[in-house]
Amino acid sequence: MSKSITIDGQSIPFIDGQTIMEAATAAGIYIPHLCHHPEYTPHGSCKLCNVKVNGRVCSACTFPAMEDQEVLSNTAELINDRQKITQMLFVEGNHFCPSCEKSGNCQLQAVAYHLNMLDNYFPLFYPTRKVDASHAEILIDHNRCIFCTLCVRASQEADNKDIFAISGRGINKHLIINSTSGLLRETDIDIKDQAAHICPTGAILIKYTAYQVPIGERTYDHTEIDQVSLNLEKHGHE
Amino acid sequence: MIHFVQDLVESNHYLPTRLLHLLREIQARYHYIPNTAIEQLAELLNIPRTHIISVIEFYSFFHLTPRGQYDLLISDSITDHMLGKIPLLDYLTKKLEVKVGEVRHDDLVSIDNTSCTGMCDQGPAGLINGYALTNLSLTRIDHLTDLINQQIPLEEWPSDYFLVKDNIQKKDLLLNNPVHMGDALISMFNRGKAETLNEINFSELRGRGGAGYKTAWKWQLCCENEYQNVDALDNVATNNHQTRYVVCNADEGEPGTFKDRVLLNSYAHQVFEGMTLCAAIIGAEHGFLYLRGEYLYLYEKLQTILKDRREAGLLGKNILNKNLNFDIEICLGAGAYICGEESALIESLEGKMGIPRNRPPYPVTQGYLSKPTVVNNVETFMAAASISVYGGEWFAKIGTEKSKGTKLLSICGDCDRSGIYEYPFGTTIYTILNDCGASDVQGIQIGGPSGIFISNHEFERQLGFEDLATGGSFIIFNHTRNILDIVNNFTHFFAHESCGFCTPCRVGTSLLKNQLNKIIDGHGSTGDVVALEELCQIIKKQSHCGLGQTAANPILTTLSRYPELYQGLLKKISYEPGFDLDEALEAARKLSGRDDTNAHLTQVEIAS
Repeated sequence: MSKSITIDGQSIPFIDGQTIMEAATAAGIYIPHLCHHPEYTPHGSCKLCNVKVNGRVCSACTFPAMEDQEVLSNTAELINDRQKITQMLFVEGNHFCPSCEKSGNCQLQAVAYHLNMLDNYFPLFYPTRKVDASHAEILIDHNRCIFCTLCVRASQEADNKDIFAISGRGINKHLIINSTSGLLRETDIDIKDQAAHICPTGAILIKYTAYQVPIGERTYDHTEIDQVSLNLEKHGHE
Repeated sequence: MIHFVQDLVESNHYLPTRLLHLLREIQARYHYIPNTAIEQLAELLNIPRTHIISVIEFYSFFHLTPRGQYDLLISDSITDHMLGKIPLLDYLTKKLEVKVGEVRHDDLVSIDNTSCTGMCDQGPAGLINGYALTNLSLTRIDHLTDLINQQIPLEEWPSDYFLVKDNIQKKDLLLNNPVHMGDALISMFNRGKAETLNEINFSELRGRGGAGYKTAWKWQLCCENEYQNVDALDNVATNNHQTRYVVCNADEGEPGTFKDRVLLNSYAHQVFEGMTLCAAIIGAEHGFLYLRGEYLYLYEKLQTILKDRREAGLLGKNILNKNLNFDIEICLGAGAYICGEESALIESLEGKMGIPRNRPPYPVTQGYLSKPTVVNNVETFMAAASISVYGGEWFAKIGTEKSKGTKLLSICGDCDRSGIYEYPFGTTIYTILNDCGASDVQGIQIGGPSGIFISNHEFERQLGFEDLATGGSFIIFNHTRNILDIVNNFTHFFAHESCGFCTPCRVGTSLLKNQLNKIIDGHGSTGDVVALEELCQIIKKQSHCGLGQTAANPILTTLSRYPELYQGLLKKISYEPGFDLDEALEAARKLSGRDDTNAHLTQVEIAS
């Protein structure tokens, strides 16, 4: 007999070694997330996927599924907290969706819609951050970085390079680039690298492609992120 | 510089795990980590430069831009403030003609604040080029200014500037019965390892760092994969199995705590003996003492003690001719409170940023370099050594049902006799206050900022895991102290020390700091205390590790006891904008050269 856990009362099977997130996704249950990507080592930092496991708060993307787990995910309390955590990500950086070329394809924006986030709620920090347009084909807008480390992991794990890292402490965290000047131009990043395409927000963009897909025809314009995420899981990621 | 770095890396065997040590040496010599050194380290250690930069930017004591030849850091603990830190710092900056956070034009001196340096019973305190300064006073600052301006080397400064006293005020079970060198190990070999672990189990010793996990269970879990049961411990040839590590957590960063400093100054042999005992039981050959950077002054002394122990046959190969091999390495931290969290400490030992790991796996199965690792507090190892000599019963007969033995407290703040006190668990706060000569007490911070604030209606409460758990910090406040100033200091501390890994703590602690400032500055309105509490709950519930989960405690534990303090500061309007409208127009006034009435806006006040 296969092993199982329950998520919001629904029994779902799992195999040893699976995280709660992996078991949930396989069973067609969406748990909001930003720093998680099925192809890379789980990180557990954004905390959007926090669920209650037998009463204790755990990150679904890193916590192993085990017998006798009663997982709560879709509760009013957790939805509220996820919304607040998303709002924290918005006020921490400089996210102006109407003028961002990633709008409609942005996971941060899509998660915010999914969680019914209607305002920033918290006071904005308005940090001073730079744009690195030094590279011919790839643009980095530090204003939109949420420190999910997906580019760091993709560069290491998929591209076998080490282009990115997250440096600093606390609210002063920032993305740094592995070159003597600190600019992307001097790295060996290639437009075909996974790291160039993995960013869940508009912090890493491919130049000259911004509006090739018009607003209104973008990934999340007509389908919510839960469906998109589960479909991608089923049919393989981009 | 090229030769210096080359020699340094070579003498550290090109090990990336030694990165913190390497950076400390470079920082000490050049007063910053020059870019050329980063490039050279990256090449020699074969690690990305981004790894090195991220480590430099993570730890407070490393800098990418030059600090002064004399780099002064003044401790920002609440106890330093109570001893007059602010006027002293003002005086110091005027005398030295340099602003806080800056380097003087001639590059001779720089000044900044730093988190509690663990000298709360002899402050105001600070660090100069990493070495502890105690009892700072106006006279000392006058003299210190001259010494700096005349560029007198630190070695020629008066030694009493660097004098650190133990101030042991009350001894009990542990401090009254120190273990003679080697006795704990001899007892263990006579009794047998399994039987010794049984004694520790029977003593019900729990971790003294604050979390209180049962020590024997931790040790047992660490060796469990290897042995089917603990009875097999003595039948297996020692030390030829899986690599394991023993780590002593001496990253005593909780503001108001300084008992580990005293134990390492006066009872270091016993602490090292406790580590060796653990190593024998779990089968480890390597141990680390992770010493907080602020205790640099203890480093040489502790190295000498390790040397003495090697010479006495108590460390190294074939300890006491019992086929036990074990040695201890001292690793210094570099200014990061988070490294007191055991998995962050392990990351730091590996030469990385101190970011707490995802758990499971726990350090007992995957710790240092992914090998099973026991991490215990200084006091825990000390107690374990005593238990090996005097037995579990000796320890367990003292204390309460769930908290056996005694606890060392670092008592400071408003009392006549601050210092180290050892008490059996179950002792009331009332007794403690009497002993240390505290009167007119308004409240006490127990367990440091991450612990709780208790009021003067709670003195019947007792020390112990079932009531008032503490890692040792015990800060007393009399009625002249402003509770919100205390809370503000602690809240700023957590925002400063958050590692920034997870969203709720990284963003939340800074939001909390700003929201509290808004209320304290008199800009809060009706909903603001509710919003403050709601934010506290999210940070507490959703954060990745103990830092975030306790960062809101100063606000939560005072808000529940003194709601009127917070409410009383709120303006009687329904809404207060998060910013000052008139202030926001200042730039426009400057640009337009206007300052007439129409160029000003008043905050619109609506009667509630």
